[in-house]
Amino acid sequence: MSEATSSGHVRRSLDDAPIRVVSVRPRLIARLKNLVNRRELLANLILSDIKIKYKSSSLGILWSMISPALSLCIYYLVFSIFLKNGIPNFVIYLFSGLIVWNMYQTSLNTATGVIVDRAGLVKKVSFPREILALANVGAAVVYFVVQVGVLAIFLLIAGHTPAWSFMWLLPIAFVGLYLFTAAMAMLMSAVTVYLRDVRHLIEVVLQLWFYMTPIVYSYENTLSPALHRHGLTLLYFLNPLTPIVLTFQRIFYGDTSVHSLVAPHQLMQVLPTWSMTKFFEINAGLVGIMIIFFLVAEVLFGRLETNFEAEL
Amino acid sequence: MANVIEVDNISKSFKIHHDRHQTLKERLLHPKSGTTELFSALNNVNFSIAEGETVGIVGHNGSGKSTLLKCICGVLQPSSGEIRLRGSLAALLELGAGFQGELSGRDNVYLYGAMLGFSRKMVDRIFDEIVDFSEIEQFIDTQVKFYSSGMYVRLAFAVAVSVSPDILVVDEVLAVGDERFQQKCIDRIKKFQEEGRSILLVTHNADQVRSICDRAIVLDSGLMIADGQTSESLRIFREHQLADAQANDVAGTQANINIDSVTTPSGTFEVRSGAGIHLDVNLSAEHAYSGNFMFEIFTRTGLLVSRSDPQSSPVNLKQGPNRIGLDIGALPLLDGIYDINVGIVDQRGSTVIAWKEQAASMQVVYEGRESGIVEISSSIEQ
Repeated sequence: MSEATSSGHVRRSLDDAPIRVVSVRPRLIARLKNLVNRRELLANLILSDIKIKYKSSSLGILWSMISPALSLCIYYLVFSIFLKNGIPNFVIYLFSGLIVWNMYQTSLNTATGVIVDRAGLVKKVSFPREILALANVGAAVVYFVVQVGVLAIFLLIAGHTPAWSFMWLLPIAFVGLYLFTAAMAMLMSAVTVYLRDVRHLIEVVLQLWFYMTPIVYSYENTLSPALHRHGLTLLYFLNPLTPIVLTFQRIFYGDTSVHSLVAPHQLMQVLPTWSMTKFFEINAGLVGIMIIFFLVAEVLFGRLETNFEAEL
Repeated sequence: MANVIEVDNISKSFKIHHDRHQTLKERLLHPKSGTTELFSALNNVNFSIAEGETVGIVGHNGSGKSTLLKCICGVLQPSSGEIRLRGSLAALLELGAGFQGELSGRDNVYLYGAMLGFSRKMVDRIFDEIVDFSEIEQFIDTQVKFYSSGMYVRLAFAVAVSVSPDILVVDEVLAVGDERFQQKCIDRIKKFQEEGRSILLVTHNADQVRSICDRAIVLDSGLMIADGQTSESLRIFREHQLADAQANDVAGTQANINIDSVTTPSGTFEVRSGAGIHLDVNLSAEHAYSGNFMFEIFTRTGLLVSRSDPQSSPVNLKQGPNRIGLDIGALPLLDGIYDINVGIVDQRGSTVIAWKEQAASMQVVYEGRESGIVEISSSIEQ
């Protein structure tokens, strides 16, 4: 059976069209396939997210730059000028860690409440719900890329040479960061449906988390000996952001040991002196773990999703 | 012909919480409070829809029809069972649910299209058609938050029908827009039917189902109580509604009235076109009751020929058997079989007390060669 339709093309029979199945709990593979199939929706959501931000204010997308720039200035003033931590080119050190943190924080802050906020959509239109959270992460990735660009310009102006030989580790570290952020964003958005105050909790936790990650201080110079003495190094590295931040700093800041600004004759250990192989092993291992974590998050999201209708 | 939708033993239950705390703080402070109840919204529903069929799902509020629809669209996962779908599906569960007020109409068309699962290329191709159908050309680049509610739903409807899905699922959205736009929507749905696409329509408007659907499914408290020809399903639906109304009648304001039969003095239901007919409606009432008599005449294809004014024919029923004579003066109808529904409504004419669908069928005999329903006398001058 084929009939011409309004749009002029011939309608094929559905006899051998593929069958889609709506079942009790779609298998993980089916969920992932569905996610990949709807990548266009993801792109659309990311775009509209950015567009809305851009449209509703006269400064537009600049706003997303102002807040990171301000925190960069503040941390620089506090830690380098007032507290005199002695790290030369501290702005670059700070910037390379902050871009990682900003992506994580922005994603989590926006994604946590996204399912609750868009309940109308979740209850009425069929699409993989985790896409809403992933769209927020996607928007954060866009800002991340912009910030990396700003950092590159910064390096150029300051005449600071990054560790070019380590540069190839950047995409690996980024994949680890993305997977971790995406998994956390999905989980938090689903949990918030059941426990609404997780949204406030996450803000507090993020504040604490920030200082558990070596961004405004040097892990190697300050924490490492103490942690080592108490055998707590492993605990500190349970925070997946730590190795990622260290990698970014190793790439962009470049130097592992520098002459302190406070005591110029003293050589100061700012970053771990790990070899390139060790950095690779750590980041590749992290990506492996994060793939598993992402899949686990996807499965958990699928379980939590089943009662969204009654909870929203 | 292939089945486009196969609903296989679907059940859906929800966990309903009573006084449950929705924050972590409260949960930690009162770990044991709140009770959970399992509410079953759908119970072992089975049916399938073939390519090109238009099926209505009727049921009163809370019957599970929206839940069923959401399962079919994939908004909800069933608790057990499986639904198999073939071909593309567009669902109009709530028009404009995916719209972002801050974005322009144009951006929203693409976003909404993506949500319905259609690619940018496809939307590009039909964009003009969408704008044309929605009749908001001048405002397409205006932010949607400035739209009137009518413009909003028109745009959403236009997107969903213009993407030409194989299956269109519609949930009570035909009640939007002004009369002209509604007619446009119904025309579009009819065109869909002609093109051999399948439509699933959920509504509690029996007339709409009668005029559009080939088949109707009736749901009641999560159970499927009928699946068949539209008129037969609607009869079951109405009878069920009445039974429910009587069961809920605690105050005893409604007499338990039963319409037993409709007869004619001569025993025949054959009538010549233009002549009148006298019908005797035999009914029995448990208590005396004052209300209004009402009747409807339908064609066999489900077209409403006439519905009497529910407030103009007061009747006083006494306890026990009653007979109401209905005199229809003239039936200017063309050849065919017509179904008559009769019933008793309350004094305000708003609540149906007793109803009998297809209480009688009459055969109208007409000698002329005109076709249609109504006889119109005409002549030409030259």
